[in-house]
Amino acid sequence: MAVRAQFENNNEIGVFAMLTNSYCLVANGGSENFYSIFETELKDIIPIVHTSIAGTRILGRLCVGNRHGLLVPSTTTDQELAHLRNSLPGSIRIQRVEERLSALGNVIVCNDYVALIHPDLDRETEEIVADVLQVEVFRQTVADQVLVGAFLKMTNQGALVHPRTSVRDMEELSSLMQVPLVAGTINRGSDVIGAGLLVNDWCAFAGWDSTATELSVVENIFKLQDHHAPSAVVQDFRSTLVESYV
Amino acid sequence: MEYRPELTTQQILCCSCGTTIPPNPTNMCINCIRNQVDITEGIPKHATICFCRNCDRYLQPPMLWVACQLESRELLALCLKKLKGLNKVRLVDAGFIWTEPHSKRIKLKLTIQKEVFTSTILQQIFEVEFVVSHQQCDDCAKVMAQNTWKAMVQVRQKVDHKRTFLYLEQLIIKHSAHKDTINIKECKDGLDFYYASRSHALKMVEFLSAITPLKSKASEQLISTDIHSGTSNYKFSYSVELVPICKDDLICLPPKIAKALGNISPLVICYRIGNSIHVMDVNSLAVSEVSTTAYWRTPFQALASVKQLVEYYVLDVEPCGPVRGKYVLADIQIARSQDVGRNNTTYFARSHLGGILNPGDSVLGYDIASSNFNNDSFDLLHRGSLPDVILIKKAYPAHRKRNKGRNWELRKLQMEEEEMAPRKQDQERIEQDYEMFLRDLEEDPELRSTVNLYKADKVKKQDDMAMVEETDSDFDEDEGFPEIQLDELLDNLKLDDGPDNEFDDDEENDDMMMD
Repeated sequence: MAVRAQFENNNEIGVFAMLTNSYCLVANGGSENFYSIFETELKDIIPIVHTSIAGTRILGRLCVGNRHGLLVPSTTTDQELAHLRNSLPGSIRIQRVEERLSALGNVIVCNDYVALIHPDLDRETEEIVADVLQVEVFRQTVADQVLVGAFLKMTNQGALVHPRTSVRDMEELSSLMQVPLVAGTINRGSDVIGAGLLVNDWCAFAGWDSTATELSVVENIFKLQDHHAPSAVVQDFRSTLVESYV
Repeated sequence: MEYRPELTTQQILCCSCGTTIPPNPTNMCINCIRNQVDITEGIPKHATICFCRNCDRYLQPPMLWVACQLESRELLALCLKKLKGLNKVRLVDAGFIWTEPHSKRIKLKLTIQKEVFTSTILQQIFEVEFVVSHQQCDDCAKVMAQNTWKAMVQVRQKVDHKRTFLYLEQLIIKHSAHKDTINIKECKDGLDFYYASRSHALKMVEFLSAITPLKSKASEQLISTDIHSGTSNYKFSYSVELVPICKDDLICLPPKIAKALGNISPLVICYRIGNSIHVMDVNSLAVSEVSTTAYWRTPFQALASVKQLVEYYVLDVEPCGPVRGKYVLADIQIARSQDVGRNNTTYFARSHLGGILNPGDSVLGYDIASSNFNNDSFDLLHRGSLPDVILIKKAYPAHRKRNKGRNWELRKLQMEEEEMAPRKQDQERIEQDYEMFLRDLEEDPELRSTVNLYKADKVKKQDDMAMVEETDSDFDEDEGFPEIQLDELLDNLKLDDGPDNEFDDDEENDDMMMD
């Protein structure tokens, strides 16, 4: 199920929040509305943490993570790190990364098995990514853009890429990540998918401007349709049952 | 097996309608972009243009009225200027959509381009409808209000013939001085020229003062005034009075003027009118000039003018010696043409025409002995010392008899005539004046050189030739008539309104060679 959200009148919700299969980070905002949207969907399933990274609210762009761990930039304060460690379950490894390209969310994109990273990233960073997030790491570009985190969004189910990605690139990416890929847009034609979309294996949040078409693309590729849920299966059966009885 | 071409470019779904499209900067299909943004916004789809029914012209704001055909380039430009928002977009194409000419509607089909989002240029075709509304233009309003002219030049000469004005007409035609006139009206003793602006009238006055001695007076009449803007609307009248003395007039100068002109004899003839009055004493060939200002200080009338000329028959010519240019002083024995064969009255006249007169010729002159002049200056003269006859110019009666038609003609100005139709005798007098003027032109190459002569119509000319051949056997002896050469004549182009300047030069050259 994909939900529309807005952070203080801004559609780029991927900047102000971060979502993985095991936790969700949300920036400290002026309004609690943004937070409550996540709460409605994720409450009692995964922890939702209010935090800032390096004193800023753009935590979605600064850190990257998956089910296994969380990487934060070197600018993260000790206090923030302690807060995160206290809030997140103990099974999740949190690691500070000494990296020149400190906007880790822009240069790294991952699911629970694979990560694509910016081609210029340090060797140590690459190792940390592989180690902490427990993924296979590939240096890759998307549609000739090096900021893979900004122009690509992936989960264990699928991935949405920049609309100008060529067919050959898509085939290559698909074979690397072992998930289906589709080119698309978010926020009514915006190609900055990483900033407009938050997604994990069972729910998605998109910018307020996203159209129905875009949401349906998101739901399809990330397999978020309701019929995967048990209740949806019942609904499906019910209609056929009713039909046969009547 | 079916061939499936490999897709090299990625297809995405249009973000708003979901159709498959190649990616573009907006990631939206063309239709959705069109639905979302209207690049024709700000460009009016309806407008009004003003059209004057009387003169078929369109108003080009703020003040200009332009004549243009329907579906013409000019009309298109005018219509496009009416559309305000067009400067914000790129106009690619514009054209008319046909509408019924009487529908008072003009439809334009415009193609415009505009950048809608970053590096996304949208092209759109749309229609604009213009309503043609009627509005009377200022010029037509003036005509309707009978308030057409702003300035008037009244040219007057107080003489009993029209020859000066006939000549003036030809000069005006030659120099195209009439091109700014709205109307030319003939009235008693002269012509009225009407102009739309004051400067045109002033130009006309300048032109007249350059060619003839005159006195001009300006007056203005207030038509309306606006106290708020401080502007006033005037009508200007320029009264131009020409000196009432013509060429070949006999003048008796007032003693004061005669004294001022180097003590010239008071009884003189006017042999030329230029910028001033040129006078000559035929007894001594002494010449002098009366300037315009001098004339108007002490105006005088002609003693006798061309009408009073009497024809004489030359019996003997005896040169006296003195020569001034073409004038040769001679004692000439003459007899009145009427008297020849009736009595033996002869006269002796000292004349400047010694060079061109031969015994047997005819000559025109003023009969002083038997005339009774009513002139103060003339009364002061000693009657005994006056000549009996003063000869003025040579006459060509035989040539006149022989040659009725002319192979040349003059152009005429379009003139509005007096309200009252001339009486029958006046009509005759006018025709006679015109005939006299034509004869003057024929006999005087110098005068002829200042006007444009045109070839007469072919048919008429052939008739004339036939007549000449018939009568040629009777008169083989020529009187030395200054024939008009064919190369002096201009081709009469009916299409062309004004005279051609390049011809003028040629003609002047010819005249110089003749002289």
